[in-house]
Amino acid sequence: MAREIDLLERQRRLAWYLILPAVFVVFLVIGFPLFQVFYYSFLKYKLDGVTPSSFVGLDNYAFIFSDSDFWHAVWVTLVFSFFSVTIEAVLGLAVALVANSKFKGRTILRVAILIPWAIPTVVSSQIWSWMFNDIYGVVNVILANLHLIPHKLAWLSKPETALPVIIAVDVWKTTPFMSLLLLAGLQLIPGDLYEAASIDGATGIRKFFWITLPLVTPTLLVALIFRTLDALRVFDIFYIMVGGQGNMATVAVYNQQQLIQFLDAGVGSATSVVILLFIMIFVVLYTRFSKTSFE
Amino acid sequence: MNSPKHSLRRNAVRWFSSLLVASLITPTVFGAGATIRFAGDSDVGEGGRWTRAVAEEWAQKTGNKLEYISRPNDASATLQLFQQYWAAKSSDVDVFMVDVIWQGICGPHAVDLKKYFKDDEIKAFFPRIIQNNTVNGKLVSIPWFTDAGLLYYRTDLLEKYGYKEPPKTWEELTEMATKIQDGERKAGKPDFQGFVFQGKASESVTCNAIEWVYSYGGGTIVEPDKKVTINNPKAIKALDTAKSWVGTISPLGVTTYGEEEARNIWQAGNAAFMRNWPYAYSLGQDPKSPISGKFDVTVLPKGGPDGKNAACLGGWQLMVSAYSKAPDAAADLVKYLTTAELQKKHAIDISLLPTLPALYSDPDVLAKNPFFKNLLPVLENAVARPSTVTGADYNQISTAFFQNVNKVLTGGATAKDAVVAVEKVAKRIVH
Amino acid sequence: MKEQDNQSLLLRVLFYLLVAVILVFNLFPFLYALLSSFRPSNDLFSTDLWPKALSLDHYQAVFKDARFVGSLINSVIVAGSTVLISLALGSICAYALGRLPFRFKAPVLYLVLTMTMFPSISVLSGLFVMLKALSLFNTRQGLVVTYLIFTMPFTIWVMTQYFRSLPKELEEAAYVDGASPLTVFWQILLPLTMPGLISTGLLAFIAAWNEFLFALTFTVTDTMKTVPVVISQFSGTSAFEQPWGSIMAASMVVTIPLVILVMIFQYRIVAGLTAGAVKG
Repeated sequence: MAREIDLLERQRRLAWYLILPAVFVVFLVIGFPLFQVFYYSFLKYKLDGVTPSSFVGLDNYAFIFSDSDFWHAVWVTLVFSFFSVTIEAVLGLAVALVANSKFKGRTILRVAILIPWAIPTVVSSQIWSWMFNDIYGVVNVILANLHLIPHKLAWLSKPETALPVIIAVDVWKTTPFMSLLLLAGLQLIPGDLYEAASIDGATGIRKFFWITLPLVTPTLLVALIFRTLDALRVFDIFYIMVGGQGNMATVAVYNQQQLIQFLDAGVGSATSVVILLFIMIFVVLYTRFSKTSFE
Repeated sequence: MNSPKHSLRRNAVRWFSSLLVASLITPTVFGAGATIRFAGDSDVGEGGRWTRAVAEEWAQKTGNKLEYISRPNDASATLQLFQQYWAAKSSDVDVFMVDVIWQGICGPHAVDLKKYFKDDEIKAFFPRIIQNNTVNGKLVSIPWFTDAGLLYYRTDLLEKYGYKEPPKTWEELTEMATKIQDGERKAGKPDFQGFVFQGKASESVTCNAIEWVYSYGGGTIVEPDKKVTINNPKAIKALDTAKSWVGTISPLGVTTYGEEEARNIWQAGNAAFMRNWPYAYSLGQDPKSPISGKFDVTVLPKGGPDGKNAACLGGWQLMVSAYSKAPDAAADLVKYLTTAELQKKHAIDISLLPTLPALYSDPDVLAKNPFFKNLLPVLENAVARPSTVTGADYNQISTAFFQNVNKVLTGGATAKDAVVAVEKVAKRIVH
Repeated sequence: MKEQDNQSLLLRVLFYLLVAVILVFNLFPFLYALLSSFRPSNDLFSTDLWPKALSLDHYQAVFKDARFVGSLINSVIVAGSTVLISLALGSICAYALGRLPFRFKAPVLYLVLTMTMFPSISVLSGLFVMLKALSLFNTRQGLVVTYLIFTMPFTIWVMTQYFRSLPKELEEAAYVDGASPLTVFWQILLPLTMPGLISTGLLAFIAAWNEFLFALTFTVTDTMKTVPVVISQFSGTSAFEQPWGSIMAASMVVTIPLVILVMIFQYRIVAGLTAGAVKG
């Protein structure tokens, strides 16, 4: 009994020592930037070297919430996030299952599935822009030759066609992230469970729904949280492929516009805080929904 | 106590210590000179390599040290980066290469170069650019090389379809482009386009659209006297004309084209006309290019017979940072790079446009770049975007302008609605 | 019997078809870029699918630049250090959160998560000022510190999940034998989390390798720049020209170390729990 209590104490103390370095890094890296963002969000602060900065309370926030461009950006961000994360989760799981199986050429597949993630975003977004170009783009050339479309389309010029294209490109690029995490998650499932199920006469589909899915769910949820956070903050792919088109901005693009192009550090910082709160809501929803306990 | 040996030793000590102190002071007084950090075009490319070599020559000649910093190729990424330095009042960079439209933004962070240039030296540059670079009486930067929008046309195709001269008005261009496009498509080139330009919702279309509007006599959105003039019938006619090209003589995707996308189609031989900057000239004339020797440039067309020729003013300038620890040496570098001698070398070596009008009649320059002779009148009348009058708020006007123009081109808004929207934003900014 | 054979044959065919689709989908743009990197500049934008001629011009241009090679080394150092630090700090933190009694698990996990709740642009100027104040500006170490923002959170979360899922019996046996919590971590549990470590390590490496915004803003001199920054500086004579051929060639060169890394480590991702730990 005494030995057990002693062990518990040692574990508790060790826990503190092990956690402290990571927490220290968090404060070191994000402490000052976070403080600065909050502080500036309450100021009228333009980076033009002329306008004096002054305290304006919640004015910046009021501006953002009354700006239709902001709400449109929210809409674009939500639509993008919903579709890309959902598709990536499904495809990611499918790819992970395939990569987990034993078959010839497994190594090539495992390398191939990571390639999209490995190419720098600025390069792959540009490649895809070309591929969808209306005159010399490969997609149009192939689809037109196969007579799947009546004539070459200018995919990126209108939101109706541009948004699906961007979602498709993001799915191409980020499914590897999901599939790699899910592949690791599949490793946590003990093989004997499948053996026992086979003996009991379960088919592949039953094994998937009754063993695989429930046991990979915790990993899936972690992957979903991070994927969603990334999707809500998406910038590069929109900026490079359709940057500038007012009706195709995401909240991160809107943020960059305020902060950098319009030199408005007050409104820009307030936008950052709003995005932060926005994202926090999602995290809370996720954990409520998954009832993830940390005990 | 006062033996000669002792005083000798004391003197020796004094002598050595003063020598030591002198050797510590000397480097800063007589020594290696200042280290100037110059952020210019990336030296991976030809332009940057040339600039770096020349700047290092300056360093050797003046006993200073040069550190060259390459900027990213993309102008917006460059501005974003420079803004971090200016916001932090950092002395990490002494001389910045800045875009012609950033004068209002970088003004507060620049040294007034009128201190270092005599009046007649300043008068030697293109007056329009100097005017553009003077913000609230401060000469923010010195013009390094300039740029203006040009009309590229296929000389072989004009001849083939019976045209003796390039078009003088947009209406003529439309007619010529339609005929050539129809002919070429029938002859087996289904991807041939009449006219390619930059319609992408970015600074690119601001440049193109300012040219259209100005060429019809519709002004420059905000005039130098702060009057907002964009909402007028001529501007509306200009935008309507441009809209009529999309899907007829220009591809539908032109609303997503920047400079390179247009050049890609043009240089592959798939366009009769192109609006672009001078950089595309030498690239197109390269012997390996499909259109080498088959094209020329001229000034952009007028908007109707009583319009004006317009060319959007571009180009890059050199600025001395207000936070530099060695402003005199930095200004000296700027002065050196913009002398007639060096600008002539610049024009001959890499075909960039000088900012001194006198050089456009220089025989050596013209021998290497014969097309420069057409450019002098273009540059002297180049249209500056309203960046100086709107100062640090230029990006807001430009964004409102390019987003609305892009909407007109894609059919998402009428020209009338567009100019009204831009006027609203402009009035809010220039009150 | 025959019906079952036919069924399994059909399944196998479908399976390999699926594999083929995945391969094509993932590799097509990469192959397109690879092909482009061998196309002469003037041929890059013709509407023909296949190039008229192949040329090594772009690769020559890329390798002629000594800085490109130098930046490869910088990228390796920065990305490598980022991964080592994230895995080290992350896995010990995850062990505590996943296996040890600790009262503030949820708050710590959420605190760590806050690092990824901002668009990068929001923290750019704050980090710039901070790095200058700590004399970490324009250093590789400074860059590594900022990269921890996005590598640590998911490393900690994924590894915590991993540690939580390991069976309790493993530890109990060890504790009975008198092992300390640290020994249990180091010798028993950590090796079993190898798939998790490799996966998060690979993802963190790739993220750090390809990161652009921070690398651009926080390095000034050529000796400190990483690969994405050097690629962004590829230019022609004028600011408008984009030398796509060289950019494609450089991107291919940059992707190859990553491919090699993945090939080396991929078999470890599927080590699995049936490595014989619990049995016997």
